Amino acid sequence: MAGILVFVEQRGGEVRKASLQAVSEAKRQGGPVSAVLPGSGVGDAAAGLGAWGADTIYVADDAKLGFYSAEGYAEAVVKAVEQEQPSALFFAGTAMGRDLAPRVAARLGVGAIADAVGLTRDGDAFSVRRPVYSGKAFATANTGGKTPQVISLRPNVFAAEEVAGAGVVVAVDGLSLSIRALVKELIEAEGGELDVAEADIIVSGGRGIKGPENFALIKSLADALGGAVGASRAAVDAGWIEHSHQVGQTGKVVSPSLYIACGISGAIQHLAGMSSSKVIVAINKDPDAPIFKIADYGVVGDLFDVIPPMVEAIKAL
Amino acid sequence: MNCIVCMASVPDTASVIKIGGDGKGIDESGIKWIVSPYDEYALEEALQITEAQGGEVTVVTYGPDHAEAALRDCLARGAHQAVHIRGGEATLGDSLTIAKVLAAAIKDREYDLILCGFKGVGTDCGQVGQMLAELLDLPHAANVTELEVGDGSLTAGRDVEGGKEKVESPLPALLTCQKGLNEPRYAALKGIMAAKKKPVEKVEVSSLGIDEGGGGFYAVEKLELPPEKAAGTIIQGDDDASAAAAELVKLLREEAKAI
Ligand SMILES: Cc1cc2nc3c(=O)[nH]c(=O)nc-3n(C[C@H](O)[C@H](O)[C@H](O)COP(=O)(O)OP(=O)(O)OC[C@H]3O[C@@H](n4cnc5c(N)ncnc54)[C@H](O)[C@@H]3O)c2cc1C
Ligand SMILES: Nc1ncnc2c1ncn2[C@@H]1O[C@H](COP(=O)(O)O)[C@@H](O)[C@H]1O
Repeated sequence: MAGILVFVEQRGGEVRKASLQAVSEAKRQGGPVSAVLPGSGVGDAAAGLGAWGADTIYVADDAKLGFYSAEGYAEAVVKAVEQEQPSALFFAGTAMGRDLAPRVAARLGVGAIADAVGLTRDGDAFSVRRPVYSGKAFATANTGGKTPQVISLRPNVFAAEEVAGAGVVVAVDGLSLSIRALVKELIEAEGGELDVAEADIIVSGGRGIKGPENFALIKSLADALGGAVGASRAAVDAGWIEHSHQVGQTGKVVSPSLYIACGISGAIQHLAGMSSSKVIVAINKDPDAPIFKIADYGVVGDLFDVIPPMVEAIKAL
Repeated sequence: MNCIVCMASVPDTASVIKIGGDGKGIDESGIKWIVSPYDEYALEEALQITEAQGGEVTVVTYGPDHAEAALRDCLARGAHQAVHIRGGEATLGDSLTIAKVLAAAIKDREYDLILCGFKGVGTDCGQVGQMLAELLDLPHAANVTELEVGDGSLTAGRDVEGGKEKVESPLPALLTCQKGLNEPRYAALKGIMAAKKKPVEKVEVSSLGIDEGGGGFYAVEKLELPPEKAAGTIIQGDDDASAAAAELVKLLREEAKAI
């Protein structure tokens, strides 16, 4: 069985959780697991990957890789592919992974499958289950026998688990970096807010919260749970909160372990962004709101009356 | 500043999806085909850039006959030229083949900027743009929500988790456009009338040297509707919201083990 190479993403030397999930999933698939980590000054991060299941860790350490660039990072990944000759190449489906995977695939002359939520394997060949038509259907697809099979995994769907192991760190050979599209700066959102795409718990507000000031109520529930604040498009378009919080077809696609929709009706385009959440809770005063059809738990009631005692009950836990 | 917009014709986002007879694609009866929503941001940006700086907008689509309606919609909104590469039934979702088709059709045209959508609604891949950039050996920036195009270079802001990356790139370049970049215009009646008279250039895939049945890079084994969800537990909170809140928290803690 040929191995799986996993692209590992870091920011400021810290490996992203979604990448650990991808390494762990590669490990669970059996066979050799390697990782490729581009960046600048990322040696320590590389050494830690063995504990998540990587047997070999290719490091591309270069000042020019301090910020992400599709061109530079693709060069690092392709060089690691040449060294390792894997049968599959996994990416975490983050903004970076989803951008890089197709560029790398095209450079290798193979296709790519985005947004895997399930993997089955027959020998070296993967069948990948992925949502299409905004989650209104699921396709099972393969790369038509071409290798390496480039696959990005939806974050928070596959578990990260530590294993007893220590990987061997190897430098990527012969990097030749010519980067045209350069990241000059990363502007972090104010207050270091937790991003919905990375959160394990999300509390979202929609038009039912009636005004921008009431996002404070949504935030009080999110804070009590250690989660992030999401929003429907209606709330974003009304200017109540920034687009980076929007969940749905034209927002972020999320799969947290808990999603609480407050004053959101459950339009198909909203469901497109959150229907694969593990536990869905709806708080809505309209018993016929479509959101209740996909909710695991629901409260029919006024969110302004329900949320404050919820926050109290959670704090009392 | 000449711009090429790659546009996919896709089912209306409100469509009810049914599985087709072969179990691998959708039942297309009754589907309304539209310009993929993210491609509207790409087109709008191209229109604004050429309005400000001169040049032409060419919209290119690779798709079956239904793609012509979406192409006319783009002309009606102000695109100068339209190219319809006919085909694509067999290669839906095969991002690399689609990118190869588009690359072959675009490579000899004059352009400073190629604009794509962040993802095609339906395929939900978000891959064709980056692959096209690689095949044409262009720099790219994906997921763009802010853009300034200057003389020979551009600055773009792209959404990433918890922030924004500022990217600088020389031209020509390729961008994939995200919500927030602009507010797409709709076609006015005058534009719709004018679009009827604008020619659509038809290109056959075979003339681009691509074999659609040649065994692609993405093979669908099956397409299914999502599993039915068991009915959830609904708590009445109209009379006693506090009791309902307490019960919900208890269920989330003890039954769902979610908090
Ligand atoms: C191309 C396209 C893309 C789209 N993309 C997205 C997307 O990415 N994300 C998205 O969310 N939408 C998207 N939409 C919009 C979508 O169709 C809906 O319009 C939107 O989701 C509605 O937002 P909402 O549920 O907050 O508002 P509404 O539908 O108005 O629902 C408000 C809900 O709040 C409830 N409510 C009111 N007051 C209270 C109260 N006091 N207590 C409890 N409940 C209350 C009401 O009963 C109602 O159910 C898109 C649409 C299109 C056409
Ligand atoms: N058949 C097509 N014809 C023209 N452009 C396309 C086609 N398919 C995809 N694109 C472009 O590539 C983007 C991403 O599509 P996808 O990779 O399918 O999600 C779309 O938003 C379009 O800009």
